[in-house]
Amino acid sequence: MSIVTAIGHGPGNARAATSPARAARGPAYLLLAPGIAYLGVFFVIPVVALLVTSLYVPVPGGDVGQFQPAFEWQNYVTVLSTYWPHLVRSFGYALVATLAALLIGYPVAYAIAVRARGRPFVQAMLLVLVIAPFFTSFILRTIAWKQILADESFVVAALRAVQLLPPDGRLTATAFAVVAGLTYNFLPFMTLPIYASLERLDPRLVEAGGDLYASGPTTFWRVTLPLSMPGVVSGTLLTFIPASGDFVNSVLLGNNGTTMIGQVIDSRFFKVSDYPGAAALSVVLMVAILLLVTSYIRRAGTEDLL
Amino acid sequence: MSGTTAAAVTAGVTARPDPPAARAARWRIGEAVVPIIATLAFAYLLVPIVYTVAFSFNDSVRTNLVWRGFTLEAWRNPCGAPQVCRALVNSLQVGLIATAVATVLGTLIAIALVRYRFRGRALANLLVFLPMSTPEVVLGAALLAQFLSLRVNPGFGTVVLAHVMFCISFVVVTVKARVATLDPRLEEAAADLYASPVQAFWRVTFPLLLPGIAAAALLAFSLSFDDFIITNFNSGSFTTFPKFVYVSATRGIPPQANVIGSAMFVLALLLVVAVQLVTVSRRRRR
Repeated sequence: MSIVTAIGHGPGNARAATSPARAARGPAYLLLAPGIAYLGVFFVIPVVALLVTSLYVPVPGGDVGQFQPAFEWQNYVTVLSTYWPHLVRSFGYALVATLAALLIGYPVAYAIAVRARGRPFVQAMLLVLVIAPFFTSFILRTIAWKQILADESFVVAALRAVQLLPPDGRLTATAFAVVAGLTYNFLPFMTLPIYASLERLDPRLVEAGGDLYASGPTTFWRVTLPLSMPGVVSGTLLTFIPASGDFVNSVLLGNNGTTMIGQVIDSRFFKVSDYPGAAALSVVLMVAILLLVTSYIRRAGTEDLL
Repeated sequence: MSGTTAAAVTAGVTARPDPPAARAARWRIGEAVVPIIATLAFAYLLVPIVYTVAFSFNDSVRTNLVWRGFTLEAWRNPCGAPQVCRALVNSLQVGLIATAVATVLGTLIAIALVRYRFRGRALANLLVFLPMSTPEVVLGAALLAQFLSLRVNPGFGTVVLAHVMFCISFVVVTVKARVATLDPRLEEAAADLYASPVQAFWRVTFPLLLPGIAAAALLAFSLSFDDFIITNFNSGSFTTFPKFVYVSATRGIPPQANVIGSAMFVLALLLVVAVQLVTVSRRRRR
């Protein structure tokens, strides 16, 4: 349940809004039925199908891509022993990208929510700038990064001129480019939830910190940051989860040494028609993320409830 | 928590002199950090968009990677590249259908989850949020595994089914936030005034929920329109705009793709700015 509350913290997931008079359950089930049925058919059953497929074995003497039902747990051992570096790399990249997005996204959210407080028009326009990337295809933007970081681009020339990059150094097709691309693509997902929780923060609490002779930084660390933790938690999750499964950035901005797990799953499926292998890797990825996320929320949750 | 004590103290002491000047000066250096990082971050967010727009005016031959000179050619003839407009129309169709279905289903779930206490509520919550905490590549692979085992040919239909699935959760989260701010007493007042539950919903609840529902629909549409990974798994030979761009990346993206990307950007920006202006001016009038 904690995952649910962490991602879904809306403006006051208000329990208070439930009227005690609403004891009747019938309407609730009627309202839920169509959507929940849909998720059952197109989410739960597919995930089960994925689990089942992950245990299939090739049809003896059959063509490539022909499999029959079995309980071949060995599939997991095979894919894990081959692709564990990709899995570790994916989580590593996703972690660095999430931290970078937090370091960039928090000040942006703070600037919009706190510094621009009381100027709704400025706030609205800055928010538009944060969500602006959503309006251009993310693949077009990732390809734009490829151009910006290309060997002949002015960025590389400038970095070489100031000796930050050796004369033969490059940015494109590097792990740096992949992580920068991931950070870029998911930055709005980090910024918006933090903005939402800072926006709801009562400015009087911050003033009270000053009144009690706390310095600005102290007030920030002791009052503002703890109160914005729900936004930080959902922002980091909304960045980390998609980043760890992404392969567009590593395909477009990386090289053979930056292959991420999503890319492996994709090519197992489409290039070699190894459906059980792809399914087993997907299950591993899903379980690993759920474990990481649950333990993270548990840890963040205890700090949050100081 | 310290917040409560702090609030209690502010209530008692309203006016008191500023903190010592030295401390204020030290904090001012810190103050500069936020705008500087924010400005750099906005540049980081916008530079690729500027690139995309700029290269829609590039006089490109075969590939559109190097600047060769200014031309309006691609803007005069946005459908000039093979398949690009087909892919755009496909994406718009998928987006509109998926948004409509997901918005209805998601809104109903959101109302049920916020307004009612019932057995299985926790499970329903979990089911709504699991798709959000599952990477797209897993969602895509899972659906494809199911479609393959049912011998369903991937195409337009499977893409729409997949998009509705991942949009529902985001609609629920967005609308839930809005439902939570509604005062249930408004509906009770309507009932007291002899409105039937249906009348109360359409005349009171729905208009109040509308901004949240509209925001959810916009979010769903933009998620659907920009989705690549799940679409790539479940589309077969059917092409959406993001898939078109990704596939043509290897042999060179036509500038027409940049024209479409830029045009969508400008349209969406105008829409959002208009909505914001209306809300801000309404808030001012109040």
